[in-house]
Amino acid sequence: MALEELYREVILDHYRSPRNRQALGGANAVAEGNNPLCGDEVRIELLIEGDEVTAIGVTGHGCSISQASGSMMGDAVKGRSIEAIRTLTGRFKGMMSIDGAGDPGLDPSRPGAVLGDLEALQGVRKFPVRIKCANLPWTTLEEAIKGFEEG
Amino acid sequence: MMDTESIRSDFPILERRINGRRLAFLDSAASSQKPVQVLDAMADIYRNSYANVHRGAYTLSQEATEAYEEARHKVAVFLNAASDEEIIFTRSATAAMNLFAYGWGLNILKPGDRILTSVMEHHANIVPWHIIARHTGAELCYMELTDDYRLDMESARERFDERVKVVAVSGMSNVLGTMPPVDEIARLAREVGAVLLVDGAQLVPHAPVDVQTLGADFLGFSGHKMLGPTGIGVLWGRRELLESMEPAEGGGEMIRDVRLHDSDWAEVPHKFEAGTPPFVEAIGLGAAVDYLSAIGMDAVLEHDRDLTGYALERLAEVPGLSVQGPADTVDRGGAISFDLAGIHAHDVATILDQEGVAVRAGHHCAKPLLRSLGLTASTRASFYVYNVAEDVDALVDALAVARRIFGLDGA
Ligand SMILES: Cc1ncc(COP(=O)(O)O)c(C=O)c1O
Repeated sequence: MALEELYREVILDHYRSPRNRQALGGANAVAEGNNPLCGDEVRIELLIEGDEVTAIGVTGHGCSISQASGSMMGDAVKGRSIEAIRTLTGRFKGMMSIDGAGDPGLDPSRPGAVLGDLEALQGVRKFPVRIKCANLPWTTLEEAIKGFEEG
Repeated sequence: MMDTESIRSDFPILERRINGRRLAFLDSAASSQKPVQVLDAMADIYRNSYANVHRGAYTLSQEATEAYEEARHKVAVFLNAASDEEIIFTRSATAAMNLFAYGWGLNILKPGDRILTSVMEHHANIVPWHIIARHTGAELCYMELTDDYRLDMESARERFDERVKVVAVSGMSNVLGTMPPVDEIARLAREVGAVLLVDGAQLVPHAPVDVQTLGADFLGFSGHKMLGPTGIGVLWGRRELLESMEPAEGGGEMIRDVRLHDSDWAEVPHKFEAGTPPFVEAIGLGAAVDYLSAIGMDAVLEHDRDLTGYALERLAEVPGLSVQGPADTVDRGGAISFDLAGIHAHDVATILDQEGVAVRAGHHCAKPLLRSLGLTASTRASFYVYNVAEDVDALVDALAVARRIFGLDGA
């Protein structure tokens, strides 16, 4: 049944015990995102050193999908290069497109090409109104990086 | 007793199955479903008597105009208004309240004046006042809530002084179900010479309203929450106040004469109905009013109240569930908002939908209220004439499914 695919155990686990839920003292890239329709809110704080994200803080509140997506995203981008994070974001959003049609299906040896645990969020596709919940932390992450690059 | 079986048979959508389940539609506070009588009335105009109103001298235009004005008459009778001219058709409750805010508030308010509203208002009765306050320099003030989710009349009394020129309050909260004492608020407003607008978006669909005893000076509501179509609303106002109120929109139909540099307004209500009005929707609302009148608004109120009482009882069985709203059915309508510990409202709504249960999740366009309750979102179930106890049972069963999926059933 679709509900069990949506609420996989790994998602509920990240929802109950979110990772990287911290305020980063020395963050040099910050962005806030929200979903005016449902009120979900996410704040992303990054410490970017060289071209690498060395620390991340993910805070906010909202439904299990937005919060678990943010928690898993934090784990997935920590210690990664901006370039790899971009690749990963592209794959994630591709997976989240209707039917996964936007998934670029990259060579798995490319940094950031493997979604790993994040694939658990695939079930969200069957609930189109919830896709924006899953994407919210990623869009906010992109904004934080963009803000950093634009100084 | 209402014959819900026969009522349900008038609503074709209730036969739909949602995700393989019987539909339990519990979101009428957002928008109600429509009976065939409303759909037929609108189709009849489009098929047989359609032409623009108040314009043509030909038969079709005359028929459409008559049907439109007949709808106005039906609404006037429904509200026991002193005359048909007190009924202004608008696009929605939102448009009705904006019309009052711009037509009245913008023209009379000055710096130092006060607009008094309450924390339980819908954004449609807050945001227009933010705009008007900015334009006029008037200040927006709030009546607060008691711990049992009712308007705190004790502290509210102190807010009424001669600075207050406009009081704008909901007749029934779309989140809490609370029905504040409009008669007492009206008395307080009268004492300080303020004009009272009641947001009737929830009140008018769910309770008998007689504008001659309500105490309000203006009343706004939407057709789509009372079995009528979208795109139509009403602003009722006392004749003498409407005469002195400025129009908020200019255009065709609302003028007596137009010259190069100025114009004269048409008579009430037409001076407030610029442009081609949503007349087919108004006719649909007229049919909805006929439908509700045939049931009787006392019976509608009692039916909602019985279901609310039953739902409050059944929801108390659900572990971790807390209701935001009065715990009994006294001065309370059939909108029940609740929080389920450990599951976000959107997740609740998604899971319920899989079980065929349609509820609203979110801030219900009342962010100041939710913030004051320490919430960012809640789930709301709301009832109307076609709901039955089985819908409440489906809700409670689906909540158990939600708790099981989130591993909260203690097993
Ligand atoms: C109390 C209240 N006021 C105003 C409105 C606005 O109604 P509409 O969106 O039909 O203009 C609503 C409906 O959501 C409501 O519940």
